[in-house]
Parts: sequence; C-alpha cells; structure tokens
Amino acid sequence: MAEIKKIATRESYGATLVELGRIDKKIVVLDADLAGSTKSGMFGKEFPERFFNCGIAEQNMIGVAAGLATMGLIPFVSTFAMFAACRPYEQIRNSVGYPHLNVKICASHGGISVGADGASHQCCEDFALMRTIPKMLVMCPSDDIEARQMVKAVHEYDGPVYIRFARSATPVYHDENYKFEIGKGEIVVDGSDVAIIATGIVLPEAVKAAAILKDKGISARIINMGTIKPLDAEITIKAAQECKKIVTVEEHTIFGGLGEAVCGVLSENYPVPVKRIGINDVFGFSASMDELMEYFGLWAVNIADTTEKFLQK
Amino acid sequence: MLQEEKKQLEIFALNVREDIVKSTTAAGSGHPGGSLAAADYLTYLYEKEIKVDPKNPEKFDRDRFVLSKGHSAPALYSVLAREGFFPVEDLITLRKKTSYLQGHPCMNSTPGIDMSTGSLGQGISAACGMAKGAKVLGLDINVYALLGDGEIAEGEVWEAMLFAAHYKLNNLCIAVDVNGLQIDGKTSDVMNTEPLDKKFEAFGCKVIKIDGHNFDELEKAFNFFHENKSGTQPTVILLKTIKGKGVSFMENVAGWHGKAAKPDECEKALAELENARKSILGNRE
Repeated sequence: MAEIKKIATRESYGATLVELGRIDKKIVVLDADLAGSTKSGMFGKEFPERFFNCGIAEQNMIGVAAGLATMGLIPFVSTFAMFAACRPYEQIRNSVGYPHLNVKICASHGGISVGADGASHQCCEDFALMRTIPKMLVMCPSDDIEARQMVKAVHEYDGPVYIRFARSATPVYHDENYKFEIGKGEIVVDGSDVAIIATGIVLPEAVKAAAILKDKGISARIINMGTIKPLDAEITIKAAQECKKIVTVEEHTIFGGLGEAVCGVLSENYPVPVKRIGINDVFGFSASMDELMEYFGLWAVNIADTTEKFLQK
Repeated sequence: MLQEEKKQLEIFALNVREDIVKSTTAAGSGHPGGSLAAADYLTYLYEKEIKVDPKNPEKFDRDRFVLSKGHSAPALYSVLAREGFFPVEDLITLRKKTSYLQGHPCMNSTPGIDMSTGSLGQGISAACGMAKGAKVLGLDINVYALLGDGEIAEGEVWEAMLFAAHYKLNNLCIAVDVNGLQIDGKTSDVMNTEPLDKKFEAFGCKVIKIDGHNFDELEKAFNFFHENKSGTQPTVILLKTIKGKGVSFMENVAGWHGKAAKPDECEKALAELENARKSILGNRE
C-alpha cells in the first residue's frame, strides 16, 4: 500500500468541526487554552460566537459543557487527553456520564507519541478511565479518513462520547470509500494464524507488521478497532475462533484499554491466548515520537517480532 | 411584602421543614441540617421568583435551577412536590429502592430537576453552561444556583466564577447558604472561606448579604438581581442562615449535617414545627 500523505488526526477533527458547524448551529466548541494545538481553534475562527475558551480550568469546562448540553446544544470539548480525561474524570463521571448528557469530549495529544513533552503529558490512561463510565462511548481513529467520519458519526449520536486524536502526522490509510460505523471493527488484512487488533495510529504499523510476518510464512489478520467501547464482540470472537491467538496493540497502558476489553469479551465467550502490546506499568519519558514508539514496541518490526515470539509459545 | 403573603410563605416553608424531617427519618439517612437551612430560600424561589411550569417540567424556555449543594435534596424535593411537580405523598420514598427520589438530585429520575448534582463544586459549572447556553440561543431566562459555604472550598467553584464574570453572565443568580457549619465542624475551623463578599466581588460579581430566613430580605435580594441584569455581572446572594433552622435541637449543630432524626426525635421536631405553625396562624387574627 502506498503511503501517499500524512495528516495528524487532530487536524481532521478541526476541519470536520468547521464543516459540521456550517450545517448545525447547535454545535458549540469549548477549549482550555489549547485551541491552537487541539485544532478546535479552527472552529473558533469561523464561529467565534459559538466557541468558548474556558481558560486553564478543565473541571469547570466539563461542567459548562454539561450545562450547555441540558439546553439542547451539542458541545464538543477539547484539550490534551491528560487534561480532558484524567484531570476532570470525576466531573465527566458525575456531570456528563450520570445524567447521560450529549457532550463530545474530543482529546488531542493522546498516547506516548506526544513525544518530547514527557510523561506528564503522555496520556496512556484515557481509554481505561473513560471505559469505566456507564454508557460512555470510547473511540480512537486510525487515520484522517476515519477521524473525519468518526466526528460526523458522534455528531449524529445522542449521548456522551470520548475520542482520542493524535498529535503527530500519521499515514492516511483508508480511502474515501471507507465507512466508519460506531461499534464496528474492520478487517483490514485477512489472515488465519493470528489476529492483531489495533486502535489508533498504530494500525498502519500493524498492517506493516502483517507484511513482515507474511514473509516469514505467518498469516496475520489485522483488525482496526476504531471503537473501543462498545467493543465489536462479533469480529473479536470470530477472530479468536478462526485465528486461535490474538495480539492487541495500543498506545495505552495495558491495563484497562483495548487489550483488556478484548480479553474481557474473549474470556467470557471464547477464551484463547491474548498478548497485549502497550505500555506495561511504566511512565514514559522525553524523547522523539519515533524513539518512544520503538522503545515501547509499537513499530511494525516490534509488533511483528512480539507476535512471532507469542506464536512460538 | 404584605403580611398575609409573608404568612403564606412561612406556612409553605414550615410544610417543607416537616417534609424534610419526615422524609429523612423515613429513609433513615440524609441531610436534614443543610436542607432546613435552605428551606426559606427554596420556598421563596419557587413561590415567587422562578418561572417554571409543573405541568410541563421540560418547557424549553423555563428558568433553570441547579442545587449545587445537592445533599439538600430533601428540601428541593419537598418544594417541587408542593409546587405540583409530583405527589407530596411520594416524599417518604426518599432514598428507597425503586424511588424516583434519589439521595442526591438526578435529572433523569425526578420531574423538575434541571441538573444531576451531589458531588460538590460541579453544579455551579453546569449553571454557568446553562446561562451561557441561554445567551447563545437568545433565550431571556434566568439561571439560579444554590451553593453551600463549605462547598466553595472546591476549586471548581472559583473556576466557574471566573467563567461567569468573563462571559458576563448577568442572567445567573447564585445564592450561597452561609450556615457556617460543615461535616467536620465550623467552616471557620475546617477551612475558612470568609470573607465571602470580598471574594465574590473580587471575582467580578455583584454581591448582596441578607438574612436567608427573612422573606422581605429574600425579596430585596432577588430585586437586586433583576436590577443587575441591566449590567454585565453575575449576582451573588449570601444567605446568612442557621443550619437545622426550625428544629431547636438541630440548630447550629454540625452533627445534623448528614444524620436523620430517629423516630422519637422526629416526633419532637414535628411537635416544634406544629407549635410554630400555630403561632403563625395565631398571629393571623
């Protein structure tokens, strides 16, 4: 597959917000002094009367969004994942989740790929936290095309949603014919020896890993899991039945994220061995994205290597 | 205010106080102290001030109220029931399995509740969102909120006050129940939040201090809010109140923050409230 261009999914978010803002006057956008980075500022530039900078006060921002949602408006709330999911967790739980309000929390700068800012800003806990809130949807797009469609899909959906976008430009993987559906995974590459389930910007790496494994005679099925909650149980169980072994890949702690969501579905329905690739009980550190992805085993070569060893067990 | 009107409000508030004591005793738990302190404010708010329709609780252009100190739910439930949002008889189901009257307000369970609250500091942010939302939508409505004086130790409250002033939320009327007590004791000992008037003024609000149990003063305070609406600042009403107001053995005792009266204590409290009722009605002649 030719990698034609690279786009950061936060750019896709900002552009889609502007597009939606033109057709739906009920959309309001909030940010906490990071509008330039999260790209919510693109909306603010075109619709200043519907864009509210809340200053560096994320807990209040979530509550304000909840209040706006009670008025029938559709708030999209943005800041870095660390300050969108972790800092105001309890506000999201009690002021958004419990009343089931139509608030879209759209975080940028998720995961380890944030890079040089270091551990304080590398949010690897957001999927886990957001998954615990009843009826909260949790998503992470793998590229520009999926990100755009995801934003449009959650705009149509009535209820609380968390989406993690990425800081760094990553390959545009899907073509325009791709159709994202909430709660549905996607088989990107078919295979039968092992299934690798990935979410977010590590998906293209998993696809490259499949090519490496193919050269070694291993047929890997690659599944893109854009929605982490609700997890697509059907595609997951089918993968376990047909491939017998599962590898999960995420830019997230191995606790409570995609890997454990997959384990949860499989252990109750069709138990098979699962290897979780992710951040294993450590904090990150300052380095370039490339260095960090390699260190934490998230590049294609690492994924292929881990998968091969897992299959030999 | 006319004497007759004031007496009606006093009787309404007495009924609310009886409901608070009865419903928390029936539940075996709850927060009578702060509920009793807020009874007069809530009585005035729903009888005289807020524009809501019990027959159409979801009416879009209604005023909004957020009980940021959500543990005073028994007082709000009583007022809502007596306004006709749901049957008064249901108040004794408070906190029970299958009841729509949750321990803390739940907007999806109870008619007339505009925001789910209970975790302190959060309701005021939602009220700011409602007030801002009303402006975005061009709705000429008012948003009311009630905070506790212990609650305002939450940093989120001050984040919300920055927002309210920055976005010129002159349609926001925030009351603070200054009863001076919280679970662990006096607010001045646990975490001093005074001077409240200077703090809220410094945050860009118009502030008025009143006796939170005096209906003439409550009327004056809400008039102050309506006058302020021609300006650009949010209004803060500091209600000087007595925790446990109306039940002598509960008054000014921190221990009644989160404890229900036992059945015999409940009887004693109801007898006191009945005497107060007789005294108000006696003055009628």
